[in-house]
Order: sequence, then C-alpha cells, then structure tokens
Amino acid sequence: MTEPVLSVRDLTVEFVTRRGTLRAIDSVSFDIAPGEVLGVVGESGAGKSLTGTAVIGLLDPPGRIAGGEIRLSGRRIDDLPADEMRRIRGKRIGMVFQDPLTSLNPLYRVGDQLVETIMTHLPVGRDEARRRAIDLLAEVGIPAPERRIDGWPHEFSGGMRQRVVIALALCAEPDLVIADEPTTALDVSVQAQIIALLKRLCRERGTAVMLITHDMGVIAETADRVAVMYAGRIVEIGPVREVVKHPRHPYAQGLMGSIPALEESRERLQQIEGSMPRLAAIPKGCAFNPRCPHAFARCMVEKPVLLESGASRVACWLHDGTGLGEETAA
Amino acid sequence: MLAFILRRLLQSALVLLSVALIAFAMFRFVGDPVNQLVSLDTPADQVRQIRQSLGLDDPVLVQFGRYVMNALRFDFGISYQFRQPVTALLAERAPATLELALVSALFSLVVGIPMGVYTALRRDGVLARLFQAVSLVGVSLPTFLIGILLIYLFAVQLGWLPSFGRGETVKLAGGWTTGLLTVSGLKALILPAVTLGLFQMTLIMRLVRAEMLEVLRTDYIRFARARGLTTRAVHFGHALKNTLVPVITIAGLQLGSIIAFAIITETVFQWPGMGVLFLKAVQNVDIPIMAAYLVMISGLFVIINLAVDLLYAAVDPRLRVTLKGA
Amino acid sequence: MTDAAPAAKPVPLLVRIRESDMWHGFRSSPTTIVAALVTLVLTLGAVLAPWIAPTNPFDPAQVFLMNANIPPAWVQGGDPAFIFGTDDQGRDLYSAILYGMRVSLMIGVGGVLLAAAIGITLGLVAGYVGGRTDAIIMRIADVQLTFPAILIALLVDGVVHALLKGVPREQTVFGVLILSIGLAFWVQYARTIRGSTLVEKNKDYVQAARLVGLSTPVIMVRHILPNVIGPVLVILTINIGLAIITEATLSFLGVGLPPTQPSLGTLISIGNKYLFSGDWWIVAFPGFTLAAFVLAVNLLGDWLRDALNPRLR
Repeated sequence: MTEPVLSVRDLTVEFVTRRGTLRAIDSVSFDIAPGEVLGVVGESGAGKSLTGTAVIGLLDPPGRIAGGEIRLSGRRIDDLPADEMRRIRGKRIGMVFQDPLTSLNPLYRVGDQLVETIMTHLPVGRDEARRRAIDLLAEVGIPAPERRIDGWPHEFSGGMRQRVVIALALCAEPDLVIADEPTTALDVSVQAQIIALLKRLCRERGTAVMLITHDMGVIAETADRVAVMYAGRIVEIGPVREVVKHPRHPYAQGLMGSIPALEESRERLQQIEGSMPRLAAIPKGCAFNPRCPHAFARCMVEKPVLLESGASRVACWLHDGTGLGEETAA
Repeated sequence: MLAFILRRLLQSALVLLSVALIAFAMFRFVGDPVNQLVSLDTPADQVRQIRQSLGLDDPVLVQFGRYVMNALRFDFGISYQFRQPVTALLAERAPATLELALVSALFSLVVGIPMGVYTALRRDGVLARLFQAVSLVGVSLPTFLIGILLIYLFAVQLGWLPSFGRGETVKLAGGWTTGLLTVSGLKALILPAVTLGLFQMTLIMRLVRAEMLEVLRTDYIRFARARGLTTRAVHFGHALKNTLVPVITIAGLQLGSIIAFAIITETVFQWPGMGVLFLKAVQNVDIPIMAAYLVMISGLFVIINLAVDLLYAAVDPRLRVTLKGA
Repeated sequence: MTDAAPAAKPVPLLVRIRESDMWHGFRSSPTTIVAALVTLVLTLGAVLAPWIAPTNPFDPAQVFLMNANIPPAWVQGGDPAFIFGTDDQGRDLYSAILYGMRVSLMIGVGGVLLAAAIGITLGLVAGYVGGRTDAIIMRIADVQLTFPAILIALLVDGVVHALLKGVPREQTVFGVLILSIGLAFWVQYARTIRGSTLVEKNKDYVQAARLVGLSTPVIMVRHILPNVIGPVLVILTINIGLAIITEATLSFLGVGLPPTQPSLGTLISIGNKYLFSGDWWIVAFPGFTLAAFVLAVNLLGDWLRDALNPRLR
C-alpha cells in the first residue's frame, strides 16, 4: 500500500474561552491517498472546515490543536515552526476557499497575486513567473489570459474568480488541495463547471483533494471516499458508493435520505428531527443520541469508536457486532 | 469620472455657500458694522452716508450676493480692531500656521501609522499595550496641557528648546516667511508641532490599529496566508495596503482640523499665526475676522475633501470603475 | 430525577447584574475599577466642595493677597494651611481645585445634556418626519461635522457675547459656555437617533400607534424615543470627558470663565503665567486633576461601549 499524502490521527481542536474549553474537533482520524478525492460532509458547524483549517495550519487563537498528529507524506507537520509550515502552505498543500468574491485582494491585480505566489514557492524570475501565470490562467479556462492577467479581481465574475483562486491554489503544484465549499457561493449554473475543472486539473497532476462540502450531489459525483462528520467527530467513512448507497450510521442514513436525486423510490424526503448540539452542550456518549431513532443505553454513556463494517468504518454501537444493538430501547 | 468630480464640486460649492451665509449673517447682524467705523460724535447724515456707501440699505439678498462676490475676490472687509483689511492680516499670519500644521500632520502620520500597525500585529505584546495606554492618555489630555507639560520639561527644566515664538524666519518670494530654513526656526517648531500633532497621532494610531485588525480577519488575508506568502508580504503588502485606503479619508479630514486646533497650540506657544488672530477677534468681537476665518477654514476643508476623494479613487481600483460608470 | 424546571422563574436583578457579561468585564478589568473609583472620588469632591473645602475661593473676604504664590505644604516655604499651595491671588489651591472642578463638571454635564437634548430632538424629527425637514437638518449636521467642536464653541462664544454686549460677563458666562458646548456636540446624537428612528418607525408597534390615531409628537416621544435612547447613553458618557476638555480649553484661551470664577481651565491658564518663575504648583495640581478626571471618564466610556457593543472594539 502506498503511503498516504495526508494522514490525520486523533486530531483534536479546542477553543479556550472564558466560559471553559470547547472541543470543536474530537479525535478525528483519516487518510488521503495520492491522487485520491476525499469528500468531507456534514452540517455547518460539524467541524468540516475547521479540520481543513487545522491541516493547513491556519487555526486562529483561541483555537488550537489539543491533541493528535497530522502527517504529510509521512512527515509530521502539526508541530512545525511557523515559517516551515508557511513554506508547506501553497507549495505542498493548496487551499480553495468558499467565497471567490472575498478570497482575492481587491487592491492587487490578478496577475500580481499569481506571480507573487509562484515566486514565493518556486525558484523562478518575474518573467518566468508571469509566463507560468498566463499558462495557468489559460488552463483554468480564463479567456484571453495574456490580457486578463492585468485585470483587477472586481472585473471578473464569481465563477471566473473561483477559477483564478483554483489557479492560485495549484500554481506551485501541491500534493494536496483542500477545497472548502468551493462552489457554495457560486451560481448553480457554474457550480458543475468549477467542480469539473477542479477534478480534471487534480487528476492530470495527481493531486489529492480534500473536498469539504455539504452538497451530497457533488460528493457522489466527485469523491472516491467520503467522511461524514457530526458534532466534531467522524461518524462514518468509506468508499463513496458504499456510504451513499448503504449508509450505516443513523445520521448518515438520514443525510442520504435527504438527497432527492439519489433516491428514486422514496415518495417523501427524509428529514432528521432536531438539530446538532452546540459545542458547549455535546451530550455524553454518542453525540447523535438525542436525535437517533435507534439509541439505546450504551449510546448514552459510551462514546462510540470507528468500527469496521463492510468496506466502511462507522462510529455506532449498532455495528459493534456484539448483538447489543438488538436490545434497542423502546 | 468627470461627472463625479463635477458633482463633488457642486456639493462643495453648496457647503461653501451655506458657510458664507452664516459668515454674512454674523457680519451683518451681530453688532452694526457702521457703529464700529464711526465714533459717537459723528454727525447723523455722515453715518447715513457711510451706511449707503457700505450698501447696508440694500435688500439683504443683494448684500449677501455682494458679500459672496467680495469673498470670491478674497475681500472680507476691514478688521474692527486693526483697521486693516482682514485678508492682509490673515495672509501675513498664514505661513506660520500652515508650516506648523503641515509639520504636525507629517509628524502624526509618520509616527501614528507605524505605531498603529505595530499595535495591531503585536496585539498582546507589552510594547503594544503600552502604546495603547499612552494613546488613551494622549486622547484624554487637553492639547494645552500637553503644551504646558512640554514647555515645562524641554524649555524650563532642560532649556533645550525655546518656549515661544517662531525663531528666526526667512522671507521668501511672494511674502511668504518661513522658519524652516534657520536652526532657531526649526528648533522653535519642534515643541508646537509635537503638541499639535500628538492628538492626531494617537487618533491615527488607533484608527490604523482598528482598521488593520479588521483587514487581518478578511478572507483574502486568510487566502494569502493559505498560499504560503511570507508573513512580511501578508502584513506589509496585502494587509497594510488595504488598511490605508480608509485611513486616507479620515487622516485627510484630520489634517483639516489640525489647522483649527492650531488656535490652542498657537496660544500656548505664542506662535504668530492665524489662530491667535482669530482668538483675539473672538475676545474683541472682531466679526469680520471671525467670519473670514470661518470661510477660509471651510474652504480648506473643501479642498482637502476633494483631494482625498481623488486620492481614494487613485488607490482603490473598484472605485475607479464605478466612477467611470457614473 | 432532577426536575427540568423551565427558565420561567424570574431572576432577581442583583443576580442578573452579577452574572452579566458587563459586570464580569468590569470586575476583570482593574483599569476600569480604578477609573470608576477616581471618577467617584473626584465627582464627590466637586459636588461636596462647599462643605469640604477649607476656604471659599469665590469669597473675596476669605482671600488675602499676601498669601499669594505659597508653594505646597511639603516644599520649603510651604504653609500647612495650604496643602497644594496658593495661586497668584492668595487663594488656597486645594479649595480652588474643588470649586473649579465643580464648575467644570457643571458646565460639562450641562453642555452635554443640552447637546443631547438638541441632538435627540432634531434626530427624532429628522428620522420620523423625513423628507425636506430631514434633508435640511442632516445637511446642517454634515456641514457642522467638518468643523472641530472647539472651533464651533469658540464661534458661538464670540457671537453670543457680541449679541449680549453690555451685560456683565460674569452673569452670562455660565450660560454661554453651556450653549457653546451644546451647539458644538449635538450632531453625533442627531445622527445616531435619526438612524435608529428610521429603523423603528417602520416597525409594527409604530404602525399600530398610528392606526390608533395617536398624534405624531406622542408617537415620537412615548413610543419611539424609549427604543432609540440606548446608544445615546454611551455617547453621553464619552462626551462628558470631551465637554470638560472643551470648557477647560475655552477658559484657558481666555474666552471662558474669568479668574474670579475659576474652573480647572482658568486655574491652569493662571498657572501657565507663573511657570517660568518656577511656581509650578499653580498649573500642576489643577492640570493633574483635569487629566485624571478626563482619563477616568474616558476609560469608563470605553468600557461601557465595549460592554454594550463588543463589535465596536
């Protein structure tokens, strides 16, 4: 088995506030293989974006990594000095943010932002950097790149700006791109184009992708594997077909049941009753227990660990295999 | 762009006109201007003649029109105290005030901006907290008290710098006298300039700090960091540039108020500028000088405002486009 | 099992204060506590001046010129009867500072209240009536905002004294100073109130009041005003420091209170003349008192603003 590009083990992120320490990410573990696309789904506040932010080392105080480790191609990166981590950002790990309208500095020309990034990471001169920038813009589908490179961000449409952002994320040929809701802020009509572009460029380069989204449709189309997050924990992780077709965790089942396009036979879309707990009030045991239709005594006291179940792994005591799940509380 | 400038000019003209109206009202209705020119034993028909020659019997609107026309030619009448044209009195003292204001403004920008940037970047550092505390004291201390403190320290106790006056001045072409070319002139400028600039400096520092903190939270700064740009490039390239755009506006307006604040500093340091002249006018109810000073200050504000707007457009590409469309 | 009692039980006011963020912010900030103490002590000193001051500096019968320029008690040549020394007319500085603070505080608070009254009225009218009234009021506000408050105060002072020619200055100076400060500081209140009034006037309760047939003044004062007054309290606090500075500055410049009725600014102005002869105390103690008071009030204002609106930080 090849070494994963990214290996996260027991990552825990906490926020120290006046009212106490809040655990926003709780012992999250996953791997991403070279060239693989891992989808990360969940409701807002589930800790998806925060996981991405922690991996790239941009947690802002009072947030901090309280435990676990992050390895990039086998090398530990979560404890690197600031400047070394800075060199990894953009060079080894690229990032695409949600809103292209605010991701680009409005006072800098598009080309200057590209050239600046290229020259930071690659040993090239200004002219060479500019040539590369034009090539990149052409590659991400900006028409007339040799002219547009001198344009200002506000002269680009939202979709075009997200193309520029993708060019910026890929300009130093990183091994991994973290795309945090890359299409959420875009018009529906251009969402598919941007996803297709991202997918194509990463496949051509062999770049792995951590695709954070709440859009199950995008995941089903794009990802190789998918991790479902709930209240700061991964509740299910596995090959995308498995998780979508045969979700095992009750939360994942609810989530998949709420996708219209994938379920033809159901007359009515499912919805999950209740809402995700606030960080300050995560229940004991399984965080999903107040909303879970199958919760039983053990779920109230013992935090479930990820258990093998078929091709997936799932954090649910129903899948413990000890048969305890049968005595579901009425 | 042209339409924008025209609209701005029109607005400025309206502001100036309303200020002129106030100035005119002061001039015309606060104390009879004739009484200031005649003595008690002037014969009645001579008084009437003076009234007529001054046009005080014309309809008020005509008089206002005349006042505005005269103001446009920099004619603001005769000072009651000095029996001299107000314009000449102001012009004579303008160089002292303008030099003082300019140097203070430079001082407040050159010191205030770096301090603001520093306190924003090292938010919890000891030095940054100290700057913050000092800035609060700076905002709370009245200008005249700062001036007195500086005089006591550097003039009375240490004897390093003069405590009053402009020092030696040099006459330049056009009747402009400058204190910037002699050693004593420069030495005399230090204390007043610091006194006058200190308040603006703390204001600019606090403004830059607040603005920078705001900018550092934006997505494009996060993205710049995510691209692995050096801390220096992120802070002093991206963040600083975006910070300074709104700072330009407020700093510009601050520079305008420096000239008005100079009244206090000039009094403390017996600086022979327009501020002292205005203060004397207030004390002696010399309405023509008060009115002229008001019009002049608002004229300066309007010019500065216009300059700031154009500068703004030059710095911010987004605005350039909206302006082109306008 | 524990009874999951709903939070319907009313919480006593004292407990609510004790558990509020505001009180917590206050308790955890030593600076704010010190500022509150300084404000309290100085305000008490000013209010109680006639009872705690050793002499009455306004009473010529208690002032002797031969006592002039005595240094503070602990300095050589000092007199234990005058802790902080005396000024050029032989007034006990300690008493003069207490009385001066009283004057400064009265004018400062009076001026700010007047400014608030003008600003709130105009802001309410502008926001509620709208149209041309609104345009005129706010244009005036815009134009005035381009001038520093001290300049406005100076102009008002000059013009009013010119209009009141012949009336002895001693009789008018209090009123003129309060008027100057009131006219110099009303704009901020007007803008704030107008902004919130514009929001409030479209709310259902105002529509309802209108449908019921209440008159416009009643709706403005009884219904809208209580809902928009909140932010004004913060401005009020912050402005008191500014108003006291303005009064002191006017008095220092010689257009405020005369030496016979000294405020802190007047005392500093008197002291400034004797700085070169080495009589530092005449300027030092009033100056320090003024600085301490304004700083303390500003710190309290900052805390109040942060506590009520953390985003403004």
